[in-house]
Amino acid sequence: MEILMSITVGVLFMVATYLMLSRSIFRIVMGLVIISHGAHLLILTMGGLQNGMPPLLGQEAANYTDPLPQALILTAIVISFGLTAFVLVLAYRTYDAHKTDDLDQLRGTSDE
Amino acid sequence: MNSLVILPVLLPFLIGAVLILLAKKHQAQRVITSLTVLSMLAASVILAVDVYQNGIATMEMGDWPAPFGIVFVADMFATMMVILSSIVGVVCLFFAFSTISTEREKFYFYPFYLFLLAGVNGAFLTGDLFNMFVFFEVMLLASYVLIVMGGTKYQLRESFKYVVINVFASMLFLIGVAYIYGALGTLNMADMAVRIEETGQTGILNVIAILLLIVFASKGALFPLYFWLPKSYYGPPSAIAALFGGLLTKVGIYAIIRLFTLVFNHDIGFTHNIILALAGFTMFFGVLGAVSQFDFKRILSYHIISQVGYMVMGLGIFTPLALAGAIYYIAHHIIVKSALFLFSGATESITGTTDLKKMGGILKTHPLLAWMFFITAVSLAGIPPLSGFFSKFPLILSGMQEGRYIITAVALLVGLLTLFSMLKIFIYAFWGEQKHTDEQAAKKIGPILLPIVPMVLLTIILGFAAEPIFSYSYGIAEELLEPSIYINSVLGE
Repeated sequence: MEILMSITVGVLFMVATYLMLSRSIFRIVMGLVIISHGAHLLILTMGGLQNGMPPLLGQEAANYTDPLPQALILTAIVISFGLTAFVLVLAYRTYDAHKTDDLDQLRGTSDE
Repeated sequence: MNSLVILPVLLPFLIGAVLILLAKKHQAQRVITSLTVLSMLAASVILAVDVYQNGIATMEMGDWPAPFGIVFVADMFATMMVILSSIVGVVCLFFAFSTISTEREKFYFYPFYLFLLAGVNGAFLTGDLFNMFVFFEVMLLASYVLIVMGGTKYQLRESFKYVVINVFASMLFLIGVAYIYGALGTLNMADMAVRIEETGQTGILNVIAILLLIVFASKGALFPLYFWLPKSYYGPPSAIAALFGGLLTKVGIYAIIRLFTLVFNHDIGFTHNIILALAGFTMFFGVLGAVSQFDFKRILSYHIISQVGYMVMGLGIFTPLALAGAIYYIAHHIIVKSALFLFSGATESITGTTDLKKMGGILKTHPLLAWMFFITAVSLAGIPPLSGFFSKFPLILSGMQEGRYIITAVALLVGLLTLFSMLKIFIYAFWGEQKHTDEQAAKKIGPILLPIVPMVLLTIILGFAAEPIFSYSYGIAEELLEPSIYINSVLGE
C-alpha cells in the first residue's frame, strides 16, 4: 500500500513539475494545485498506512491509525484552498492587465 | 506556563480580524492599528525582560503537554526577534500614515498589515515545525496581498512570480515536514532534537536537513535562490517595501538558525560547511548586483541579499562569538534596512522617482533628510562607531580565529563594495545639480521623516552601546549552542 501511494505521489510531483515549467500562467497555477495534492498524500503516507484500524481510542489499543497526519493534512488543505483561490484571481488579473498569459512576454524589461 | 508568550501573536491577529469590519472608516482603523502595534511592542518588551530574568517561557496550547500538543517557546533569541519585528511594525505603520493612499487604506491595508505581523511573530515564537509552516503561510498570504495592493501592471506581473515561487517553496516545506514525521515521528522541535540525538544524524536526516535548508534559503533569499527578491520588492510602496525588506527574509534566516542550532547540529562538518559556502556566494553576488544597479530601491534590495549572507556566515562558523555576531547583525540589519527603505520613500515623495540618474541636489533643499540617510548608509557599510561596525567585527574576528580566511576575505571585500554603493546613492541623489523642480524642493517632509528618526537613533545607540548589546547577543548565542536548555524547558526534565 505504501509503495502504491509513493508511486502516486511521485507521479503527482512529476506532473506538477512539468506543468510549472511551462510558459502559460494557468498551467503554472494548475501545477501548484497538483503539487499541493502530492504533498498532502505524502504526509498521509509518511504517517504509516493502516488498513481498517480505528483511530486511537485508549492507551491500551493494540493497533491504531495515527490521527496526527490527518489533522496536519486538514490544516494544509485549508491553507492551499485559500492560496489557490488567491492565485487564481491574481493570475486572472495579471492576464487582464497584460493581455497575455505567456510568461516569456511577462519577463519585464531592464529599463523600467 | 506563561500566557504572555502568545500575546504578540494574538493581539495583531484578533484586532486585524475586527478591523475588517471597519474597512470603510480609515480614521478609526489608523487609531486602532497604531494602538495595537504600540501595545504589541510593549508586550514584547515585557516578555523579553521576563525571559531574560527568569529563563525560557513556554506555553502549551489547550494544556496538552509537549510533545503532544502545540507549544509556544519564548527564548532570548525569539523574544529579541519579536521586539525587532514590533519596532519595524510601529515605524513602518507611522510612515505609512503619511505616504499610503486612501484607496489602499480602504482595501484592507491595516488588517493585512496586522496579519503579517501576527504571522512573523508566530513563526518566531512557535516550538512546533508544522505550526511554523502555518505561521509562514499566514505571513506569506498577508505579504501576497500587501505586495500586489494597488494593482499596477508592474506589481501584478512581479507579484505573480513572487507568489508562485513562495507557494512552491511552501510545498517543499510541507514535504520536508512529512519526511521529518516519517523519520522521527514527531514535529515538536525540542522532541526532534532529542530523537536525533538518540538515533544519530544519519543519511536520511541529512537529506531532510538540506531540503529544509533549501526551503528557508528560498524564503530568506540565499544564493542561488535570491533571484525573485529585487524585482518583487521594487513594486510596492516604500512603507510596505521597508516592512518586507526588514522582516520577511529574516524569518527564513531565523528558521535556519533555529533548526541548525537545535535539531541538525550533529554533522557540522557537512551541513555547516554547506551553509558557509552559501553565505560566501550570497554576500558576493548580492553586493555585485547592488554595485551594478542605478536605482535607489533596487540597490537596497540587492543589499538585503548580501547582508543575509553575513547572518548565515555566523551560523556557518558556529562558534559562540560568530553566532553572537550574526545575532547582532540581524538586529542591526532589521533596523538599518527598514530605515533605508523608508528614506528611499522619502526621497521618492520629493523627486517622484527612484532612478538615481534623475535625482540630485537633495542635500541643498532637504539637508536633514540627507544627513540622516548618510548616518544610516555608513552604518550599513560598517563604519565605526555605528552599529554596522560592531556587528561585523565579531564575525570577521571569529572567521580569523577559526582559520576561515576565504569567507573572511569575502566578507571584508563585500563591506568595501557596500560602502561604495551606498556612497553612490549619496553622491548621485544628494550631491550635484538640483534636478527636481523648486516646487518639489519646497515640499515639507517633516511628517514623513519623523517616524524614521527613532530608527536612526537606534542605529547610533546600537553602535555606542555596543558593550551591553553584544553581551546580550553573546548570551543568546550561548543559549543557542546549548540546546539542552531549550529542550529541558519545553519537555521538562
